[in-house]
Amino acid sequence: MVETQNIYKTKNLNPARRAMLLAALYIAQEQYGWLSPDAIQRVADRLDLTPGQVFSTASFYTMFRLAPLGTFHIQVCEGLSCYLVGGAEPLIDYIVKKMNIKPGETTPDGKFTLEVVQCLAACDLAPALKVNDELYERLTPEKIDQLIDFLAVKD
Amino acid sequence: MFEPILTQNIHRPDSEKIATYLAHGGYQAARKALTKHSPEDLIEIVKKSGLRGRGGAGFPAGTKWGFLPKDPDIPKIVAVNTDEGEPGTFKDRQIVECDPHQIIEGVIIASYAIGANRAYVYIRGEFFLGVKRWIKAIADAYENGYLGKDILGTGFNLDMSVHRGAGAYICGEETAMLESLEGKPGNPRRKPPYPAQVGLFGLPTLVHNIETLACIPHIVNRGPEWFANIGTEQSKGPKIFSVSGHVNRPGNYELPLGTPLKEIIYEHAGGIRNKRNLKAIIPGGASTPVLTADQIDTPMSFEDLEKSGSQLGTGAIIVMDETTCMVEAARRLTKFFAHESCGRCVPCRIGSQRLYETLDRIENARGRLDDLSKVEELAQGIDGLTFCPMGAALVNPARSTIAKFRADYEYHIQNKRCPSPA
Repeated sequence: MVETQNIYKTKNLNPARRAMLLAALYIAQEQYGWLSPDAIQRVADRLDLTPGQVFSTASFYTMFRLAPLGTFHIQVCEGLSCYLVGGAEPLIDYIVKKMNIKPGETTPDGKFTLEVVQCLAACDLAPALKVNDELYERLTPEKIDQLIDFLAVKD
Repeated sequence: MFEPILTQNIHRPDSEKIATYLAHGGYQAARKALTKHSPEDLIEIVKKSGLRGRGGAGFPAGTKWGFLPKDPDIPKIVAVNTDEGEPGTFKDRQIVECDPHQIIEGVIIASYAIGANRAYVYIRGEFFLGVKRWIKAIADAYENGYLGKDILGTGFNLDMSVHRGAGAYICGEETAMLESLEGKPGNPRRKPPYPAQVGLFGLPTLVHNIETLACIPHIVNRGPEWFANIGTEQSKGPKIFSVSGHVNRPGNYELPLGTPLKEIIYEHAGGIRNKRNLKAIIPGGASTPVLTADQIDTPMSFEDLEKSGSQLGTGAIIVMDETTCMVEAARRLTKFFAHESCGRCVPCRIGSQRLYETLDRIENARGRLDDLSKVEELAQGIDGLTFCPMGAALVNPARSTIAKFRADYEYHIQNKRCPSPA
């Protein structure tokens, strides 16, 4: 899992409570799987903020999830450097066909969510995608087959 | 042959560990700075070195240090920008993953020079390995007495912590990063006041990109004259160039500022793939204007790229061969900016979307003859009319490709298809 600083440790370092909000949202997201209205409320209570303040920050950043995600979150880069070497649409279309879901959707068994993302700062390893916090590089349709087949039998 | 400085350790085994760093002269510069130099000396040394910021704007670092108030009773902050998101750029990822102590040493020296006792690191949320490396490196620096109370017995205190962003390109802009560190949405602030006066939590703040900070220990160790001898008249020192796109060996190459594009692309990055011809180069990341193949002799320096109508930006070189459709390249980059607009200023929020729609229409065979003048009209309504530099940046792909590859656009509009073989 993602390493996140302990919320109580950061408390002593930050002069403003609101400054803990991003760290707190990461922790809540790890515990709940996504930032449900309940999770937002609990973060707000903990930091003495209004749910509106918490939601305003949570909804600004793409890595905070306001809906549940699949077990494996596949994020395919559509940046220029990936596109130039055969990535972006050709790979996205390939995954869409193979998994029968569109970008933004989750498979009915809740296993995979597909998302198209912007530059992953891996242009030297293009075409690239991420599954959860793992980067996969220099992709080809064959590599994608191997990866998805491997994840399909993994928990 | 230029000997790498910033990347000298990255190929060693366990390069990210403090033991490796110490075994190769690590933290000697911090010791020297804190025991042998006054803060004023250090500001002078950095000014003399000619170091300019590596995050895109190229502001002289020493001058920036001099902007912070001298009053010792005012608490000051150093904010470390690891929010690398400019498409084409992947140098900061490598520095923080492979040699984080070099940056910490730069932060210690900078903090001592401006009188800051608190440093905040902001790192792009997607850099999972980078976050781990930052946390470990800071913990080890504390353990070895380079951070915390009474550093190296000098009485100087410095605390440092890591804060993760969460997927917003705009947080690489310094004031948006400060907002994000305060727990808010990353909307850039209006300047002035500049962060050196009113920064994080309202305190004077020095914001630097990590490649800038990584230069500091070497300047202190080897002297400002050594640094100023590398590079050109107005662009001093080494620079990490990220090369991607249609080259045989994409990657990071550390070379002196002022190295010609041609040398970087053909000698270091192995030339164009499949022996094709070069068509276009974006020299400094997605937001810098495109160059044509005949501009390949341009030296990669602040002043020469400005003369050629572009910018050094982050030094991220995206190489495109003759099969590339420039309408598609501009469409894709503009889509990125439309997606990443923070939404605060109308020209950027609405303008980027309209600009993308117009390019998308041209690319997808629905272009109209007046679309090119429409793009220019939109660009004029965005450029320079926003709080932050994103407005000026986002018009560059469309504007520069129309100026330099107008034939690609006209072919698309007249023939309803792409001039390049897919």
